[in-house]
Amino acid sequence: MNRYSTFGTALHRLAILCYVVFALFPLFWLLKVSVTPNDLLYSEGVRMWPSRMSFEHFRFVLAHSAFPVFFRNSMIVAGATAVIVTLLASLSGYALSRFTFRGKYWLVALMLLTQMFPLVMLVAPIFKMLSPLGLTNSLTGLVVVYTAFNIPFATFLMQSFFDGIPKELEEAAKIDGATQFMAFRQIVLPLTLPGIAATLGFVFTAAWSELLFALMLISGNSAATFPVGLLTFVSKFSVDFGQMMAAGVLALIPACLFFLFIQRYLVQGLTAGAVKG
Amino acid sequence: MVFDATAGLPESYRQSLVDRITRHAEPYLYTAPALILIVTIMLAPLVLGLSYAFRDVHLLNPFSGGYVGLDHFRTLYDDDNFYRALRNTLWWTGASVLLQFVFGLVLALLLDRPFAGRAIAQALVFLPWAVPTFLTGLNWAWLFNPVIGPLPHWLHALGFMNEPANILSNPQLAMWGPIVANVWWGIPFFAITLLAALQAIPRDLYEAAAIDGAGAIRRFTSITLPFLAPTIAITVLLRTVWISNFADLIIVMTSGGPADRTQIVASYIFTQAFRALDFGYASAIALVLLILLLAYSMLIVMLRQVLMDRG
Repeated sequence: MNRYSTFGTALHRLAILCYVVFALFPLFWLLKVSVTPNDLLYSEGVRMWPSRMSFEHFRFVLAHSAFPVFFRNSMIVAGATAVIVTLLASLSGYALSRFTFRGKYWLVALMLLTQMFPLVMLVAPIFKMLSPLGLTNSLTGLVVVYTAFNIPFATFLMQSFFDGIPKELEEAAKIDGATQFMAFRQIVLPLTLPGIAATLGFVFTAAWSELLFALMLISGNSAATFPVGLLTFVSKFSVDFGQMMAAGVLALIPACLFFLFIQRYLVQGLTAGAVKG
Repeated sequence: MVFDATAGLPESYRQSLVDRITRHAEPYLYTAPALILIVTIMLAPLVLGLSYAFRDVHLLNPFSGGYVGLDHFRTLYDDDNFYRALRNTLWWTGASVLLQFVFGLVLALLLDRPFAGRAIAQALVFLPWAVPTFLTGLNWAWLFNPVIGPLPHWLHALGFMNEPANILSNPQLAMWGPIVANVWWGIPFFAITLLAALQAIPRDLYEAAAIDGAGAIRRFTSITLPFLAPTIAITVLLRTVWISNFADLIIVMTSGGPADRTQIVASYIFTQAFRALDFGYASAIALVLLILLLAYSMLIVMLRQVLMDRG
């Protein structure tokens, strides 16, 4: 029995190790190529680490390319989307959690529907709608579109966090003369801070990663987000692997920071409204 | 000033009326911004897009926009690329979901057991999920590239390939590129969801079963699986819809090529809108895809009903 369980434990650790290696290897390779100097890139093809490291690609990308602009644009779009969505979703999530009202069923059904149909369907009509408003090729247009796309999921997520907070707290406050909104703002919201952080993280990551609508709505460098910029760069200078991967490492940073920040809420928080990746 | 008791009555009555109105309006005020955005940015374009399916809408042609009836659907009926995209969608979705689910379930079971360093291991294996999908696609395209990626050389060394070549340019194998990238990216989602369901299973059930002499396999089949079944069913079914529409990786890694061997319906729609700028035809394909997905969703609802009736 004892030998069996030692063997089982070893197997268990080995399996975990395999998963960790599989998860990290592609990112490791990205980092490896980004710090490999050009003259070693082809001669040391499959070596695990270059014999000489250099940050020339990062220097070039930061100083002589449009990537800092892409980075800034993506930060603005993802940041603004995350803040607006979290604000609006905490309002609507609170309504779904605390009130019963006429039309609630249809509201929930509508939000679920938006999670089911293929967003790629909307690429053409949204372009046609936003173009006369001057919202194509603009960061504002992207923020508006991403905000709408992320609100349903964020609402369900926030609702699940509000559901976990006892109603008695607000009732006590209302007996003391507070309105429902005051109780929401001063008592419930502070208690939901971890949930708010998680929602911010999810929405930020989603907006940071979005590709198809950014490709369709943005042309030209000045309003390009990181995915658009990187893809344009790839199709134009497809041989500069070191620089592309250095740019890739930069694109990874904010998403990973947010992830490390939220990952401990993942298992508890995600299951509640988890429909979407 | 002195108020008499009767003068206070209508005042408080009015107060309570205003109160009642605000109380009734309150949930609508909370939900209004979200609802307005969803209706204008998602529902309105959806309806507009449905109308495009029956119109000739070309972005660069200012004279387009007239109704063409069912012309797009007639073209679609004879469009071999569409049927190939449909077959590719099945293959892409089936392989991705199956592999993500199997690897995700194993990972969840591994992580359900306490061990030293579990928190850090969990953070590391879930990390791919935070990687932006465009970067996931590019990253795997680079790994498959024989110039800078190790995979072709390893596959060659292991005897799977005659020479280190890029599978993304091989029509027979190209689909495996996006599928592998998708599996890498999607395992954490399944693992997270299933892990949460696993942790909701009461521990004393296992202890009781162990006392009764049930082995590990028996405990898995008679306790774990039945408890997980609803989560598995819902996650797999919803994920199937999501992945069948998930075109990012394919657009980044192969743009549907080589020879349309990796084109799925969603990427075909995007290519028609983005490259050909043929919004009308793109919307017609989208409408067909929507109908197929609706049929699939009905199937889910019916299946769920059956499951719930049984449980």
